[in-house]
Amino acid sequence: MSCLLDRVRAGDRRALARLLTHIENRTPLGIEAERLLFRAGGRSHVVGVTGPPGVGKSTLVAALIREARRLDQTVAVLAVDPTSPLTGGAVMGDRIRMLHVTADAGVFVRSLTSRGRGAGLAPALCGMVHVLEAFGFDFIVVETVGTGQGDFEIAQLSDTTVLLLMPGLGDEVQMLKAGSLETADILVVNKADAPGASQLLRDLRSMQRRAPGDLNPVPLHATIAMTGEGVAGLLASIVGHRQELERTGQWAERRRRRLLAEVRYLLLEALEERVDHALAALSEETQIALGDRRLDPRSLVDCLLGQCLTNLPADAD
Amino acid sequence: MRGRSMAESSIAKVTRTRRQRPLRVLIAKPGLDGHDRGAKVLARALRDAGMEVIYTGLFQTPEMIARAAADEDVDVVGLSILSGAHNQLFPKIVEELRRAGLDDVLVVAGGIIPKEDIPQLQALGIAAVFGPGTPLDTIVAYIREHAPAGERRS
Repeated sequence: MSCLLDRVRAGDRRALARLLTHIENRTPLGIEAERLLFRAGGRSHVVGVTGPPGVGKSTLVAALIREARRLDQTVAVLAVDPTSPLTGGAVMGDRIRMLHVTADAGVFVRSLTSRGRGAGLAPALCGMVHVLEAFGFDFIVVETVGTGQGDFEIAQLSDTTVLLLMPGLGDEVQMLKAGSLETADILVVNKADAPGASQLLRDLRSMQRRAPGDLNPVPLHATIAMTGEGVAGLLASIVGHRQELERTGQWAERRRRRLLAEVRYLLLEALEERVDHALAALSEETQIALGDRRLDPRSLVDCLLGQCLTNLPADAD
Repeated sequence: MRGRSMAESSIAKVTRTRRQRPLRVLIAKPGLDGHDRGAKVLARALRDAGMEVIYTGLFQTPEMIARAAADEDVDVVGLSILSGAHNQLFPKIVEELRRAGLDDVLVVAGGIIPKEDIPQLQALGIAAVFGPGTPLDTIVAYIREHAPAGERRS
């Protein structure tokens, strides 16, 4: 344990990869490491990149990495794929082909799936970000599919949230307008060379103008991630967002909110474990009473709730 | 009685699927070989078998494969090759994997690999070589059985 932690502290990349596995799997070692490494973090810029499937998130992240490396900034990427690990894996190909990062110690990419993990994903992501922060990456990019498809809001976990759109999404954009458009700090129209891009940009601008009470519309960028066009400007905008927040004193507040969101996820995770234990320990009589309608679900919940909040769960196996 | 056992098994199932650690597998296409239908079919089969599959894409160097396997902390590396360069590339890949500290990952291979080459590849540390026509179930079962078990060493 301490050995693995020491190796991470000493900058051992292999140990970092292994520790991330422990955190992702919520092992006791991983959880203890989160505790011990937390204070070493706090300097990285956590950037969330989200948008509908196929919009070019991975390619854009690859292009962002290239720009960041040009400025000698180190980058870690956590790529979350809620649908298919197969497509999530495409990040790797993009990254490696486009960047030739094999000899580049300044880039670290890790893919993870949310499949079947339910409420476990958000706390795992938070923990992984802490460890990557402690490792000293300048940027930590969390790439995820957004808008109601995950069980958490990426905006709650990042300092700067970048929302990608592209022409031709049609109704999907209509849907996005209501939700994640409001939580995005930076908007990007990717595939800006595709038909309909200028129309989409116009639509977004006019929508921003109409937004009530919003005095400072968020930056809007047009990019072609495949060629890297517009990506330098986007990175400048991401950095600028942090500087602006720091200037106005909102940075610390945002950080606090982020940590509070994490506390909430961790509480829910702990409760879920207790709920599982309580349910597993239900007596046969209770279950039969429930089935025979002598006991109503609501009353059973009242009774179990007390148990979940007071009793420590049986030793975690 | 029946009610209880059913309830228990479903609860146990829910808890287990949440906590169980899926196997992580890197599927890599080393070298100058643009044919990845087989790799994709296998990636999909492994995914459907509940594994987390990371596909590297085409034209990977041994260094790229080792780097990806290390950062992604995979349990298994699957190499797909149809170019005939396995005798040149596989030793380098195994060496790079060791250099990256991945001495306990299971390495398997598939593709067009002549039978007479298999013993020397196995001597290198390629645990199994699956030729064309191998049923997907066979590969899934092999990986399940031979992948490093449990929470691995720290």
